[in-house]
Amino acid sequence: MNRMRPSVETFMETDAVAVEQTLAGDREAFRILVERHSRNVYRLAYRMTGNQHDAEEVVQEAFLRAYQKLSQFAARANFGTWVYRIAANYAIDRMRQRKSEDSNRALPARETEDGAEMDLMSTVPDAAPSPERLAQSGQLAVQMRIALRDLTPAERTAFVMRHWGGSGIEEIAAALNSSASAAKNTVFRSVQKLRKALEPFVEQRGRARVMGTEL
Amino acid sequence: MKHPKEEELIAYHDGEAGGREAIAKHLADCPECEAELARIDALLAALNNIPVPEPGDDYGQRVWQQISPRLPERRSHWWDFLFSEPNSLAWFAPRRLAGAGAIAALVLAAFIVGRITKTGGPSTPVALDTTKVRERILVMAVGEHLGRSEMVLVELANSGPQNAGQKQVNISGEQRRAEDLLEENRLYRQTALEQGDTALAGVLDELERVLLDVAHSPQQVTPTQLEGIRQRIEARGILFKVRVVGKDLQQRGESGNTPAQPSGSGKSERNKV
Repeated sequence: MNRMRPSVETFMETDAVAVEQTLAGDREAFRILVERHSRNVYRLAYRMTGNQHDAEEVVQEAFLRAYQKLSQFAARANFGTWVYRIAANYAIDRMRQRKSEDSNRALPARETEDGAEMDLMSTVPDAAPSPERLAQSGQLAVQMRIALRDLTPAERTAFVMRHWGGSGIEEIAAALNSSASAAKNTVFRSVQKLRKALEPFVEQRGRARVMGTEL
Repeated sequence: MKHPKEEELIAYHDGEAGGREAIAKHLADCPECEAELARIDALLAALNNIPVPEPGDDYGQRVWQQISPRLPERRSHWWDFLFSEPNSLAWFAPRRLAGAGAIAALVLAAFIVGRITKTGGPSTPVALDTTKVRERILVMAVGEHLGRSEMVLVELANSGPQNAGQKQVNISGEQRRAEDLLEENRLYRQTALEQGDTALAGVLDELERVLLDVAHSPQQVTPTQLEGIRQRIEARGILFKVRVVGKDLQQRGESGNTPAQPSGSGKSERNKV
């Protein structure tokens, strides 16, 4: 029973009103926002972190942060976009932390001129894909996950937001805390790296698919 | 045209507008670049197929159950809306609208009580001090005026097209009220100046400009024009100032303080304004 799902009765219960009610002390109103946007945030988080455990943690943390910062939320903005950006930011931190934990060398992250983190971790040996992943998605999917994981957090965020989230460059720039041109470069660099890593695997199959979809 | 760079082909794939026609024309004549674009398309299409585990229909509920015990209690007071961010549409939400109405009603009630006190006869020493009584009436009247101005601005901010296709919004009602308020506003501003209350006069001066802006707008405005009016209101932060000064006046009215003896908090708030 989806008591909190929007219905005819609660048609006017927009996100803005739910935000307003939450700010006025009605904690239950925040539940509406959580239930409405969790799945979308989860999809972003999963694609960014590459695993379910981290993705769920990102979702929870994103909503906790959104609740804490709610008074800073401009009601004119879209709550979904806002929480999406919070999740992207947290996922970047989480990925950086994860890479740092996984790394045998404690190298500090360095920033390039455009604010994107340099790919210091590309030399870290890949962990063996889990049997679950192999079984679930096949070898090609595993290769793609490895290639995605080898992107820097900023590149991965830019790629996920652009190609899976449909975000505009300005939105990506805000999430990366960089300029629009830097964000554009980061998107480009991410695709370039993915091409280099994956094209040998997908070329033939991809060609066929494109032919099939375009005709 | 030269062969487009990889960057340009990726942007082309993403649907970016820049140089699209030229690239499309080039692609039609250049099998090499066409193949390059096909490779980009193929890669991104393949990546789109990475499955995301379905979290389940009840995922949102589960997230709520996990985070709700960790959410801090948010204290709320009826006056909170006066001090939250002014540059937010939350100012115009129904609850705040109700809050504004409540204050206006309170000021009005205080005004009536003030009038009754004034006519209550010479038995009270306060009533004998006619200067104080006059000032108190003025304070309450200005408070009421600010409340009504606030309501007009809030309603204006709340108005909008009924549906996405509506090209014009009628704001003639708000305009008429703004015109009426303008006259009062000029009177109160001059009085405040005469009494040396420059802070109040300053806020009334700013309010006057906003009311003028509304009064001189067309009766039918496009959603874009309406947005422009809203932005000018927000840019001046007039609602915030009106609310703070209104609160100060309310406190003065309730405590019977004159401008020469303002309460500490009220004075500091107005100074901030």
